Amino acid sequence: MLTFYRRLYPFKAIFNWLNHEHAPSKLFNQREFAFTLAGDVYLRYQSFNSHDDLKKQVCQLNPTRFEIGPVYSSKPRDKKTARAGGFHPIMRELVFDIDMTDYDPIRTCCSGAGICKRCWAFISAAVHVLDTAIREQFGYEQLLWVYSGRRGIHLWISDKEAMELTDQQRKALVGWLTVIQGGGKESKKLSIRSGMRSLPPSLQSILEHLAVVFSELILADQNCFGDKEGGETLLQLIPDAGVVVALRKLWSDDPSRHSEDRWQDFKAQIRSCDKGSQQRLNLTAAMEDIIIQYTYPRLDAEVSKHRNHLLKAPFCVHPKTGRICVPVNPKTIDDFDPETVPTVGQLLRELDETQVTTEGEQGEGRPAVADWSRTSLKSYVEMLDNHAKEIMGEFRKEKRAAADESW
Amino acid sequence: MFKGGEKKFTLNDSGSPHVGQHGFLKYPTRLNFYDDAPLFDISIEEFETAAIDRLRILAEIESSAARNRTWEELKTVTNAQCVKYLPLNSNTAKNNDIESERRKDHLGHFILRLAFCRSEDLRRRFIKAETTLFKVRYEGDVFSEREQFLSSRDFNWVPVTKAEKQEHWNELLSSYYGSKIEAERKKAFESEKYYKVKWTRVPDLVEKRRVFLAGGWAFVPGREQSSIIYHEFEVHIEKALEMTARMLPRLDEDTRLMPILDNLSQGFLAGISSEWSNPAGENPDELKAEMIDDLSKKHFPMCMKTLHDNLMRDNHLKHFGRLQYGLFLKVLGLPIEEAIVFWRKSFSRMTDDKFNKEHKYNIRHSYGLEGKRANYPAKSCLQILTPGPSDHGCPYRHYSAENLQSALLSTYSQSGLTSADLPEIMAQVKAGHFHVACTRVFEITHSFRGVKKGEGIGGGESVTHPNQYAARSMELDKPQVEGDAMVIEA
Ligand code: SF4
Ligand SMILES: [Zn+2]
Repeated sequence: MLTFYRRLYPFKAIFNWLNHEHAPSKLFNQREFAFTLAGDVYLRYQSFNSHDDLKKQVCQLNPTRFEIGPVYSSKPRDKKTARAGGFHPIMRELVFDIDMTDYDPIRTCCSGAGICKRCWAFISAAVHVLDTAIREQFGYEQLLWVYSGRRGIHLWISDKEAMELTDQQRKALVGWLTVIQGGGKESKKLSIRSGMRSLPPSLQSILEHLAVVFSELILADQNCFGDKEGGETLLQLIPDAGVVVALRKLWSDDPSRHSEDRWQDFKAQIRSCDKGSQQRLNLTAAMEDIIIQYTYPRLDAEVSKHRNHLLKAPFCVHPKTGRICVPVNPKTIDDFDPETVPTVGQLLRELDETQVTTEGEQGEGRPAVADWSRTSLKSYVEMLDNHAKEIMGEFRKEKRAAADESW
Repeated sequence: MFKGGEKKFTLNDSGSPHVGQHGFLKYPTRLNFYDDAPLFDISIEEFETAAIDRLRILAEIESSAARNRTWEELKTVTNAQCVKYLPLNSNTAKNNDIESERRKDHLGHFILRLAFCRSEDLRRRFIKAETTLFKVRYEGDVFSEREQFLSSRDFNWVPVTKAEKQEHWNELLSSYYGSKIEAERKKAFESEKYYKVKWTRVPDLVEKRRVFLAGGWAFVPGREQSSIIYHEFEVHIEKALEMTARMLPRLDEDTRLMPILDNLSQGFLAGISSEWSNPAGENPDELKAEMIDDLSKKHFPMCMKTLHDNLMRDNHLKHFGRLQYGLFLKVLGLPIEEAIVFWRKSFSRMTDDKFNKEHKYNIRHSYGLEGKRANYPAKSCLQILTPGPSDHGCPYRHYSAENLQSALLSTYSQSGLTSADLPEIMAQVKAGHFHVACTRVFEITHSFRGVKKGEGIGGGESVTHPNQYAARSMELDKPQVEGDAMVIEA
């Protein structure tokens, strides 16, 4: 682990990403870091003046992982000497956490801590929806998606406005995005259509996409309604006693009827109602609701609502799986396979192997290239580097614009 | 004289108010965003009246929240209070002195800023109450005057063009709230004028999905303008308060002001409300949540006084403390509705949600309104004296000698207890006669009511129950009708 921090962890890239410019600013040195040490010792309110400082401390403490918190009004490590009321969070990336746990009630391929390529599809569906919503509706551009190392994904948004959101605004944004309350499958947990018959526009625009996910993932692959119990779950979501009775009768002789067929049965029932009738409208609405309930992102709202929430730093090692929390490109998320993410053991081996060859070629002395670039960590660090560069470019532009204005 | 707070803000020892030379239109509208600090000289008296009158109204607004009043009820109560203490008439009210009304409003707001900027908790409560007051006034404003006010400030909203509305027609229509009758809703929508604002300025509309969002802009229907204004007001006051807090240390030099400001903020914390100061029409015997703080100072035995003070200081009490103090208040005669108000206010840092979920039930339970509906008695001295799982015991027993002495002096020196009394009290404590010590303190602190040594809480009885102590003390406070000393049942 120590070798990993010493030679592979991309402190510089992390610094650039958090700091938005080359010279250390309060975005970095008034930022809280928290360390989890062996034996569950938790060290909060650490702060550093530079990435070298951070690296030194990390190498000294050798934490199992560390977390990044908000930028405070003064340096967190001087918290005790700050005058009363002089220490409070002022800025923070807007963050999201999507975790497989919230999908446990509906996934059928794995359970508990397990995750496979198939259930990752839930996560990638969520990433699509959230990524699009944040960009199109809220207009944010600096998004970094990070695999959590096991069964979830984090999103960090670094746009200036996003950094400056108050807790109240964060809560509002989460409210806008939250559709599913709680995570059970037993009954309807949607909070949409309040006072309105039709879906809110933000949902209407993604319904088409969700319908595709629904038929591929929920019906075809996960076959969520494919046994007696699953069938009953579906029936409970249908607000029409007549239709429920008819479907239950239809399915009673065929308990293992496939979800796709059951869905077709349901749709046939809807089609048999008169066009434009209230019954048909209700059933169509229920159908849309079911699609949304099963495919819409399930967010851990608490993480996003408060500026002072701590979130694991990218490139930390997941203690159980040993996998690195690497950045993920949302455009290719469908091809992402958590099982191919490098583990710390694998990286150290790669390092050892390439060490031999480079030493053979170059002899003594510091290698010209960074150690991480000789391992499979390379593409991931580059991803963060590029992302940080974009943020820094944006920051320079804003600074220049502000300077222009003040002339 | 002091200079501080914001910009110039001067104050004269005496002398009549002196209006600045800003011409006639110093306050063109009723509504005020309080951008600039008052720039006129005022007397201490004017200073105090403006502040206290405003404070009454803000305290009433806070009370309304704790009492769960509806918006309409709150408006009625607040408007009535405003007429009494802080009238603010519109431009059409020709025969009122509009200028001086608005000046008082302006002044009061700024003085209270000084008093309430000093802790985060106070700031938060002040902002909430002020914003509510602003809303009440905004809603009640004459249309033309409101328009005048709106156009006097740049609220930074961009009108949505016809083409844009056309482009997002369906999205806008489906997030348009209105009549249940679809045709009517559509008609209203067609004539609705839309504005674009950054979404961060209308968080409440966003949270409820009542707007359409694109690229970070919220498309807000014209009639939701008020929502933007309220938020703007809130943010504006919040920033101003933080600024004032930073400037405040400079004020410390003026020794006459600090005590006034301290009193003001304490008054708010204890919830001075006009209902309390004018109990007209109310049953005078009925205890109100707002009275508890005052009663605790005059009538509570040390154990309960300590619990009360801890509660006020921390906005929190541990479980057994809550139970003990809650039952004491119940037996004291605090009705259930008032108990809920009292605890709601005391736990000021708690969310409504948490309070309703975790505490309301318990309070109702202790009044025998929930669960097995038992009539729980308050704890007696004996129970309090026995060491239990709590640290909320009897101070005479559980405090160290040193702490007890300083606590006694700080609690009761206003009621006549001096350090000369301490040896006698401490001797009883040493001998293990805790309630005797408590009884002696009662005698000393009520000697101004004619209680003599050895008389105890009446007929030589000593304290065996905190409620008996408090009841007797309150009884003594009442104008005596009959000559006989009254005997109180424990
Ligand atoms: S003796 Fe009784 S009333 Fe007096 S402080 Fe102790 S417990 Fe309270
Ligand atoms: Zn799986």
